[in-house]
Amino acid sequence: MATRHTHIEKIGARIRRLVIEMSHRSRSGETGSALSISDILAVLYFKIMRNDPKKPDDPKRDRFVLSKGHGAAALYAALALRGYFEEDLLHGHRMNGGVFHGHPSRGAAPGIEVSTGSLGHGLSIAVGMAYALRKTKSTVYVLLGDGECNEGSVWEAVLSAGALALPNIIAIVDDNKFQGFGASREINPFDMERQWQSFGWSAERVDGHDVDALERALRAATHSQRPTVIIADTVSGKGVPAIENSLQAHYYVPDDAALEAAGNNL
Amino acid sequence: MRRDFVAQMIDEMEHDPEIFFLTADLGFNALEQIQARFPDRFLNVGIMEQHMIGMASGLALEGKKVIAYSIASFAVMRPYEQIRDDVCYHDLDVKIIGTGGGYNYATHGVTHHTVEDIAIMNVLPHMAVLSPSYSWEAKEATRAMMRHKGPVYMRLGKSPGISYERTSFRFALGRGFVVRKGTSIVLISTGNMLDVVEKTADILEQKLKTSVCVISMPSLKPFDEKLLVRHARGAQGVFTIEEHSVVGGLGSIVSSVLLKNGLRAAKYRSFGFPADSFLKDVGDRDHLLKRVGLDPVRLSHSIMHAL
Repeated sequence: MATRHTHIEKIGARIRRLVIEMSHRSRSGETGSALSISDILAVLYFKIMRNDPKKPDDPKRDRFVLSKGHGAAALYAALALRGYFEEDLLHGHRMNGGVFHGHPSRGAAPGIEVSTGSLGHGLSIAVGMAYALRKTKSTVYVLLGDGECNEGSVWEAVLSAGALALPNIIAIVDDNKFQGFGASREINPFDMERQWQSFGWSAERVDGHDVDALERALRAATHSQRPTVIIADTVSGKGVPAIENSLQAHYYVPDDAALEAAGNNL
Repeated sequence: MRRDFVAQMIDEMEHDPEIFFLTADLGFNALEQIQARFPDRFLNVGIMEQHMIGMASGLALEGKKVIAYSIASFAVMRPYEQIRDDVCYHDLDVKIIGTGGGYNYATHGVTHHTVEDIAIMNVLPHMAVLSPSYSWEAKEATRAMMRHKGPVYMRLGKSPGISYERTSFRFALGRGFVVRKGTSIVLISTGNMLDVVEKTADILEQKLKTSVCVISMPSLKPFDEKLLVRHARGAQGVFTIEEHSVVGGLGSIVSSVLLKNGLRAAKYRSFGFPADSFLKDVGDRDHLLKRVGLDPVRLSHSIMHAL
């Protein structure tokens, strides 16, 4: 068990390293929000989701929607590590003539299911996908930010999936406690689990950097007869001690020294 | 026109099991038949237009052909960003149906008047824009829309109860129709203004003793430029008449086509809703149309004045 988890943890750390490199190279990025979802993506792509990089369009695959599109760098890193494309492609992140925008664009590379960027869109799209797939074995995973849950459209989708009792949608909220210009709890001070539960969802809170706990919660969710949300307690800027759990993490751009230091920490 | 749309949709859904129909809680006394016949493919998502468009996009990403239905103003304005980012950017097979475009919900007030929809849909990449005028056009536009793969916005209004169809007409996206032949003055119409335009043409022909051509343009994007240019060339005047803002609708499309083709000599004016105001007057559609000069008497007077 320990070895297996170490392997996933290493992938999480490798995603973080690639994110730091991407931000450093392009001198831009929403770094903290990509770092906070690194372990979630490692568990999803390497433990949970039915996905085959050789068959990215396989109808039987599970779907993944990155509703918090600003975490895109971590998604690109996870897809590269999973083998959807060569790691070299990451050099074109936010670079002139490159491949990857700062937010995911379907078709830019294999494995990117949905274009996102403006917050509050992904969950509705995921509900539509899950509704279309409700008589199949495919599950739709959708990752939102805690700040993103300010958007009214998120709650339309939460209500709809709850009312439809869709069992094949699993939402994960990256609860990293920070949004662009403030602490998330200052804007939404309410209990997020109870908010989702009151709309008919099963809700569980886990440590979003404990890959074992994440795997357990996600596996349990696949057996639920209702839509499930996993509120993942995460650390904005995870892996970079200088910025961890700070508002500065969100738009953090590492300089050369920080890149080197990050290499040691990660 | 809603009845024509529904009848055609039943036919389409019977022949294509991949069609899904979503409504944001509108369609009372109109969609019941679809709901009853296709319970697995009809969903009232609730009063949530943003979610309806997002959900439609998710369904379309999984290969479905999706109808998203609401009152025109709610269908296009509340979820505009979802239409741009989710439907158009992914180039998805989502058909947005806006009922009651223009002043059809007249007495409901300004929130229900829709005189901006053509403009804001026209500007979106991949989006086709349809605005049928009467029963035949509504039915044929629905059929053509369902055969077209990609995003479509269709504005539905109230049918005038008159048919302008000719046996030679073959509906297609990007095709306009000459409903009255003439050479001197060209009147171009879209949506359910065609009966008003026809009456305007009657007055003009009688008063000016000249021949008036009336063209119906149910397809605004793509647009039948050739038909327009062919009839505008040599005409004494070209006039557009629409139940829409004078900004960004039929008038804007026609004027740009005329300029592009060097037809600046023709007298030209576009008639529609004034650009910089809201119409707060209380009254039915005819009352409101008169208030903005979109009735046959005022239109014919304005055209004669312009000539």
